[in-house]
Parts: sequence; structure tokens; C-alpha cells
Amino acid sequence: MTMHTLSVLVENKPGVLARVSGLFSRRGFNIDSLAVGETENPDVSRITIVVNAESSPLEQVTKQLNKLVNVLKIVELDPQVSVARELLLVKVRADRSARTQVLETVNLFRARVVDVAPDTLTIEATGTPDKLDALLRDLEPFGIKEMVQSGLVAIGRGSRSITAGPALRAA
Amino acid sequence: MTRPTPETLAHTARRARAAAEPAADVDQAAARTPASPATPAVRPTAPAQVSGAGSLVRSLEALGVDVVFGIPGGAILPAYDPLYDSSVRHILVRHEQGAGHAATGYAQATGKVGVCIATSGPGATNLVTPIADAYMDSVAMVAITGQVARASIGTDAFQEADIQGITLPITKHNFLVQTAEEIPQVLAEAFHLASTGRPGPVLVDIPKDVLQAPTTFTWPPTLDLPGYRPTLHPHGKQIREAARLMAAARRPVLYVGGGVLKAGATDGLRRLAELTGIPVVTTLMALGAFPDSHQQHLGMPGMHGTVAANYGLQKADLIVALGARFDDRVTGKLDSFAPDATVVHADIDPAEIGKNRHADVPIVGDARHVIDELIAAVTVERSAGRGTDLGDWWTQLDDLRNRYPLGYEEPADGTLSPQYVIKRLGEIVGSDAIFVAGVGQHQMWASQFISYEKPYTWLNSGGLGTMGYAVPAAMGAKVGKPDTVVWAVDGDGCFQMTNQELATCALEGIPVKIAVINNGNLGMVRQWQTLFYDERYSNTELGTHKHRIPDFVKLAEALGCVGLRCENAADVDKTIAAAMEINDAPVVIDFVVGKDAMVWPMVAAGTSNDEIMFARGVRPVFDEDDI
Repeated sequence: MTMHTLSVLVENKPGVLARVSGLFSRRGFNIDSLAVGETENPDVSRITIVVNAESSPLEQVTKQLNKLVNVLKIVELDPQVSVARELLLVKVRADRSARTQVLETVNLFRARVVDVAPDTLTIEATGTPDKLDALLRDLEPFGIKEMVQSGLVAIGRGSRSITAGPALRAA
Repeated sequence: MTRPTPETLAHTARRARAAAEPAADVDQAAARTPASPATPAVRPTAPAQVSGAGSLVRSLEALGVDVVFGIPGGAILPAYDPLYDSSVRHILVRHEQGAGHAATGYAQATGKVGVCIATSGPGATNLVTPIADAYMDSVAMVAITGQVARASIGTDAFQEADIQGITLPITKHNFLVQTAEEIPQVLAEAFHLASTGRPGPVLVDIPKDVLQAPTTFTWPPTLDLPGYRPTLHPHGKQIREAARLMAAARRPVLYVGGGVLKAGATDGLRRLAELTGIPVVTTLMALGAFPDSHQQHLGMPGMHGTVAANYGLQKADLIVALGARFDDRVTGKLDSFAPDATVVHADIDPAEIGKNRHADVPIVGDARHVIDELIAAVTVERSAGRGTDLGDWWTQLDDLRNRYPLGYEEPADGTLSPQYVIKRLGEIVGSDAIFVAGVGQHQMWASQFISYEKPYTWLNSGGLGTMGYAVPAAMGAKVGKPDTVVWAVDGDGCFQMTNQELATCALEGIPVKIAVINNGNLGMVRQWQTLFYDERYSNTELGTHKHRIPDFVKLAEALGCVGLRCENAADVDKTIAAAMEINDAPVVIDFVVGKDAMVWPMVAAGTSNDEIMFARGVRPVFDEDDI
């Protein structure tokens, strides 16, 4: 099984996410990561799905996704030619004795401190899933009190872009 | 509909009142062209101030709907008031499941969109089975449901059910209407989606307050479906490659599915078959697409298909699949299906291609265009002198046809043979009639022993296998084709699921004919218990023989129908003839048949089609040296 990153352009309407996720869940695919947001066109949302699956069942899901009336376009992003990022917010135990070391780690990973309390720091970091995993590994010994991660968002490299196509732009 | 009833008279009177405002003409010829955009071809209407419900009914009229099947209830009630004065005929069914299957039967018989209406909650959930059925068999259906008022959605209000959520995986698309203004557009989109591309059911859920809200009705609306672009025309390169393979193959088979009927491509199919001389198999969903009596027809493939059709596919070096989906009931054990065949797979739905069996030549397109272009490309191949002599192939297939024809043995216990009844029914009634089957042994026998010569004369629940389909679907077919004789061939199990719609038929003047093949048991399940469960008949005896409960003749009479009974072979012809004489009321014949008859041939579930059994304990002898 391999990780696949799908970029799905959909009409920005209620219920579309349920239609998309339903096609994965009924086949027993676990979605590793999911991110949804508006695109440059407010009528269009972009869903980025990361799923761990064999290629052939995934191709069937992709075809079924294409059949959804609200789905405009699907592109599988090749990790070699795309940029992928996640956002991480993590609350780390950092009392007086540990604070300097935590800050050192934060600087090392080009992360930022976004909130300070007497015994904790809240850190914001963006990066590839690998980088964020490494950051978390380094913070682990201090004690992670809470963390939240966004879904992966990804975009192709170069000047070419994925758009919903002329049909929607004209509308 | 020859016998006026109070209901039909009332409708005629209302229709006459409404005649000042005529309904849109429905283009009959265009009706069976699901490929063409179903943009409503009607005159633009001046804006009119109406309620949401009025807008709904006006939209149905503008879309050319002549009949809907439904039951009113609280949430949908506003729609029933404008419907009272409409040119649209509403047929009041006895259960929403009946409305759904009737819409399906109507759609399958006429090629038009079938429409059913139900209220919120239980009304809507009762539509779930027919919607799933229509989804599996790609039937153009629009289901309209009432919903609780917008402010109450999500509060567990009385008769609330999230029918949009429930039907997500069993509809081609569904809508929850948010404002009265969007009703015409949503209806037009629903009909367009249901009837174009790969047809399928579309549900439109409308909250009660939206139905009550004042709005302006204008027609035609603009469709806004940017994500919906079915591919109708096949790729020329793929067509040429398919034609090249067809010219080179030594053991080719045309594997024809229901898509050919949906596309109205049966004339083209016949030309293609006769041009190439290639053997044809038609699936359960495609019976009638190619005449059963045609010399090139090998019959139905699959679990209860003919030996010749299954052998043809198993030994083929080329399978040209047209609007078929390599269903498990056709392929048997998939990895041993047609091991030597190169596969050309043409379907309008790209997701079907390569789903079960790898396609060497995938062709996405409407079957009518695919077949027309294949004919042109094959003609080019032939004029270039390319083509193979299929003489050897036909010799093998003819030999198998002769040695293993469809047949049956008379029951040893002297009981009436169900196969004989169904065979005689087909012979006496003739190939102009429409036959509608339930699900089970009687369905398989009806597929085997009735000769289907014309398209759209065989309706059944193929994909979902819905017991109870026959009576309401026959009702819908008869409403759509009032001048055609419509016979339901039903089992005693199936019949007890939906026979209440005979009351609808009796009151609405819909004289369907029902042949109940009453073997007193859930016959197909019993057959599996005989073969695979050591003859332990757990919960398959229905008591319709032993206790005559229910008595189907009395039941028929209670439902306003004529009830007849036939218990021996000598009476079969005259009982069918008596039923054929009755045209002013529905007729039910209780054919009391033996319980031990089995459906043969049979490929046991999960085994290879090579393991086909011609009869119990009899495997066909295939001469491997011939190949």
C-alpha cells in the first residue's frame, strides 16, 4: 500500500464532503488526512485527501468520485513534483528549567511560539509531515500536553495550475 | 384502460378542466434517447406567482410528466393541492414501495422518466428499496419527497428522516431544496441527470415550508451542472482497434448488457451482429435487445445461463462487452472467467470499465454511438478483405446448443411443472406482450422459457434482486403502455410482498395480469437448501399449498381482481386463454405447481463458469480437442 494525495475540486455546496468521504468509507479506506477550503473561485472548494491504498481500488474510487455530480476535477499529486504542507499547533510543558531547550528546538525547526503560559509554550509549525514528525519527536521528552494538526494541503510545482475548467469559470 | 372507474373518471374530468392550459407535448421518439440532453423542449412560460408546491407541479407539467405514483402525507401535502387540478395524473398507491417500483416499470417500458412521490419520514424511507433497485438497474427515476420544515430539520421532528443522507449511496444524485425559487431548476436538473448518461434515480427532497412559500414560476430554467459531462461519443482510435480485433478473432462473442436497451441501440446491435456473424449473448438485463429466436443468439450467460452462452464466453478469444458490467452473476469466479479472452469493454460509465475485468480496449460512450461507429469501422475492415471464417467456432457452439438445450423434466410426483406453465404462457401470449418478473426461480424460468423478440418486453429486478418488484412494476408498465398486454410472472413469496397494489390497479383501471407460480415455498432459497444445505428446509415453506393461506383466488377477488386457479397441465392453456379474455380488470392466476422443480443450468455461487451443471449431477462434456 502506498500513500496517495488526491486534489479534488468540488462545487462549494452543502453535503459535498459527505458524498466524497462516503465513497472512501464504504470501501473500508481510512482517510489519513483531509483538508477543505475555498479556492481562488469562491464557488469552488478544493479537497486534499491523503489515503493509504492499493492503486487499483484507489483508481475505482477515483472513477466513482468523478461520477459525483458536484465533483469538477480530480488530480493525483505526485510528491516529486508538488509541494505539500501541514500545520501543527502543539502545547509543550516548558517550565523555567526546560524553556531554553524548548526554544532552541523551536528555532531549529523554524517554528514559532504563539502563546506563553508559566509552565507551557504553544508552538506553531508548518512543513512536510516528515518535518513535523521530527519536531514532535524532539519535543516529546519535554511533555506534550495537547496537539492539533491540520490536514495536508498540496499544490503542484511550476506554472501550471489545476482549475475547475472553462465550464465553471464561465458560470 | 378500458374500464372507467370513479377514479379515472374524476381524473378525466379534472384533465378536461385543465385542458385550457395544455400540457407540454412529449416527443415520443425523443423519449428513448437518453443520450440527448434532456433540456426541457417546451415553450417558455410567462412568470407566474405561485407557491413552491405550485412551482413543483408546474415544473412537472413543463417537463412533460403525464403520470406520477405516490401517497400524500403531512410534509408533502401542499404539493397535492395544485396536483388536484393538474394535467399530471396521480395514481394513489397502497405503499410507497409500490410507487417506486411502478415508476421503474413505467420508465423501463416507455423509456421516459418514472416519477414517484412520498411524504417525509416513513414515506421517504419506504422508497429506499425501489430507489436502490433503480440505482442497480440504471433506471431513470425521479423521487420527490416532502421534508419537515427547514427550521425543524435535525430536531427529530415528527416524521423526519434524513432521506438525502440515507439515499446518498443509492442515487445518481440527490437534492435538498433550500428555497422555493430553485424548484424549477432543481426539477429540470433532476430529470436531466436521471435520463442522460448512465440513467439512474435522482431524489428531490423539499421541506414543507419551501412548498408553502410564495415564489415566481418561470420556465425554462438554466441547468447548472458543471461537474456533469457524460461522454457519449467513443474515441475513434479505440473503435478502430476494436474493429481490428473483431476482424482477427477466431472465437469472438458479443456480450450485450442492459446499456444497449437504455441507449435504444437494438437495431444497430442486430446490424453489427449480422454484419460480423459473431455469436451474441444477452444478460438478464438485456433480454429482448437481440431476438431470442435469432440464429446467432446463444442465450443468457451466467449462473442460470445456457451452456452455449457460458461456454462461448469461457472459450472466447475476444469478448466485446456492450453496455454490460461483468457482474458476478455473469462471470462466476472472476479469476477463471474467460481466461483466453481479449476484452473490448464499451460502457457509458467509465467507472464500469476495468472494475471487475481488465479491459484491453476500453471504450467510453453511449452504446448507440459505439455500435454505429463499430459498424462503420468493421465495414472498413471487411472491405479491406480482413475477417475470419467463424465456421469452426459456430460448429462447436451449435453442437453444444444441440446437446444442451434449455429444458426441464416433468416432476416425478405428477405435480404441475412450473416451467411448462411459463413456457405455455409465453407461447400463448406472444412476443408483443410485456413480461415482468419478481425474483427467484420463476424469474429465471421466465428468462429462459419465454422468447423475447422485441426490446422493452422483459422487465425485472436484476441487480438488487428485489422480491416484490413484479406487481407494482407491471402496474407502472401498463400505465405507460396501456395498449400492450402486461403479464407479471410472480412467485408466491414475492406476490405476498406487494400484492396490495392490485387494489390500486383495480380502482385506477390498470388491467394487469398476474401469473403466480405458486410452489408453496421460497423456491430459489429452497433450491439452495436442496443443493448446499443437505435438504434441511429451514424457513422456506410458506404454507400457500399446505394451508392455502392465503387463498390467492380469494385474495385476488378481495382486491377487486378476477381470481383463477390452475392445478394441472390440462387446464393451463384454457386458464391463460380465460385470463386473456378479461381486459376490464386485473386478473390473478394461481398456478399451483410442484415444489421440487429446480432451475438449470446452474453455476454454483463462487465457482467457475467451467463448473456449470446442466442438470443435477450432470456436467456438460466439452470436447477440449475442438479448440
